[in-house]
Amino acid sequence: MIEVKNVFFTYPTGVEALKGISLSIRNGEFVAIMGQNGAGKTTLVKQFNGLLKPTKGEVLVDGVSTRNISVARLARKVGFVFQNPDHQLFSETVEEEIAFALRNFGFKENTLKKRVTWALNLLDLTEYRKTSPFMLSGGERKRVALASVLAWNPKVVILDEPTIGQDHRQKEILRQFIVQLNAQGKTVVIVTHDVEFVAECSPRVVLMAQGQIVADGDAKRILTDPNVALQASIVPPQITQVFLGLTDLGLSTDVIDVSEATKVLLEYLEGGNR
Amino acid sequence: MLIIETKNLTYTYPGGIKPSIRDVSLTIEKGEFVILTGPSGCGKTTLCRCFNGLIPHFYAGQLEGELTVAGLQVKEHPIYEMAQRVGLVFQNPENQLFALSVEKDVAFGLENLGMPREEIRKRVDWALQMTGIEELEERAPHELSGGQQQRVAIACVLAMQPDIMVFDEPTSFLDPLGAQKIFEVINELNKKLGVTVILVEHRLDLASKYADHVIIMDEGRIVLNGRPKEIFDSETARLIGVGIPKATQLWQILRENGIKLESIPTSSEEAVRLLREVLKT
Repeated sequence: MIEVKNVFFTYPTGVEALKGISLSIRNGEFVAIMGQNGAGKTTLVKQFNGLLKPTKGEVLVDGVSTRNISVARLARKVGFVFQNPDHQLFSETVEEEIAFALRNFGFKENTLKKRVTWALNLLDLTEYRKTSPFMLSGGERKRVALASVLAWNPKVVILDEPTIGQDHRQKEILRQFIVQLNAQGKTVVIVTHDVEFVAECSPRVVLMAQGQIVADGDAKRILTDPNVALQASIVPPQITQVFLGLTDLGLSTDVIDVSEATKVLLEYLEGGNR
Repeated sequence: MLIIETKNLTYTYPGGIKPSIRDVSLTIEKGEFVILTGPSGCGKTTLCRCFNGLIPHFYAGQLEGELTVAGLQVKEHPIYEMAQRVGLVFQNPENQLFALSVEKDVAFGLENLGMPREEIRKRVDWALQMTGIEELEERAPHELSGGQQQRVAIACVLAMQPDIMVFDEPTSFLDPLGAQKIFEVINELNKKLGVTVILVEHRLDLASKYADHVIIMDEGRIVLNGRPKEIFDSETARLIGVGIPKATQLWQILRENGIKLESIPTSSEEAVRLLREVLKT
């Protein structure tokens, strides 16, 4: 679906944000791009929808180079939900906000209405149909931003830091929602440094540091490797930290969630009592 | 000594249909490190706005009940007076910083108070040193990383030398290491300078180890109020969906399986120590 071929990117200020990135994301994959602030995560995903074009190298989306297609046309395939919803929202009502892109894409008025209703319902926003997005809480505004992108049904959905400002329960709803989208065949790319969230979703993890990819694999393998974590300045999930502190007892360290941890500990204790 | 006391505090925003906080009665001791948490929209931020007088002086609306902060009846003292006692650090430093250099941003609040130049100089240097950003003095805030910006925002508030500092989700835009550094700066202000800290936070995994008092709100009311260990073990915390630390969750599940740790861990370090004792025997 997305093919990144040896991409370099330098901002006009001279900052070299990407230094030779190669990566392929298959149709229907769920990928989390992780790494420290300033590692180049957002710069990388902005290449996926053509907002930024490589200084060197090439990005292919569905087989077409992002140099040969307009951002507007690419947006039909690749939807982007910004980190800060306030960078995205501007309409007077939630309904208008969601309708805006659909109108730009030339959807007919009755299809448009159906889509808006569908998206409002999907993200539990129906009661706010006529409300100004700016009257809503931070978490709700993020849902409006997501609804406005999902309304045009792009093949790929990119979410930049979706868990920021979300409480525990909303994160759980978001997790279920992403898993569901992915199960319906959408390619989902999230940019995040929320290790606990990633530990609960278990996507493929692409770890970045200083403009390069330093690790790529399943969440459990990446998040439980202390060397990898150190290299990219991420802190392993709390449960993993506990097991990393107990390595001398011969316990395995590749544990990322509470139920798995309980199982490992119970087995250890049973073994010891025999 | 009590530094904050509220009795039956109830507040409704102008045009609001129902109160955003209801019947809030709490006391906070001088020098405490308090975590204030609860689901989005539960009234945390509204309560914080009461502490420094933004409510009722700026937001107007209907405020009932009693509210004493740093010995002052908030309703009778204007914001500029309260702001010298209670500093507020926002979630997103971008919403707070505006000057062309770090130094100017940190000096701004002091200049507004009409403080003598030498005193401003002294306080700015001190605040930059306490937050570990002396070398950023001449830099433009908008060119800094998120973590650096948040430290500048903290320095701006610290320079006012408030008795109480309120942090409204100060690390949500930062990566875990950046967040940890900010929590350590906050902890240092609390432990070394004795500043009373009120930290609004969802990510309890990272913050709990610093706190000695946890307040949980839901739908405008206080539902739990006490020591972290007691709070995180309560059934109510689980029911309203507060993200209790994973180390504490592990303790709960182990207990259900008949394994008792000596006390309740709230951090990975504590869990390691407690588990070690059980696993060795």
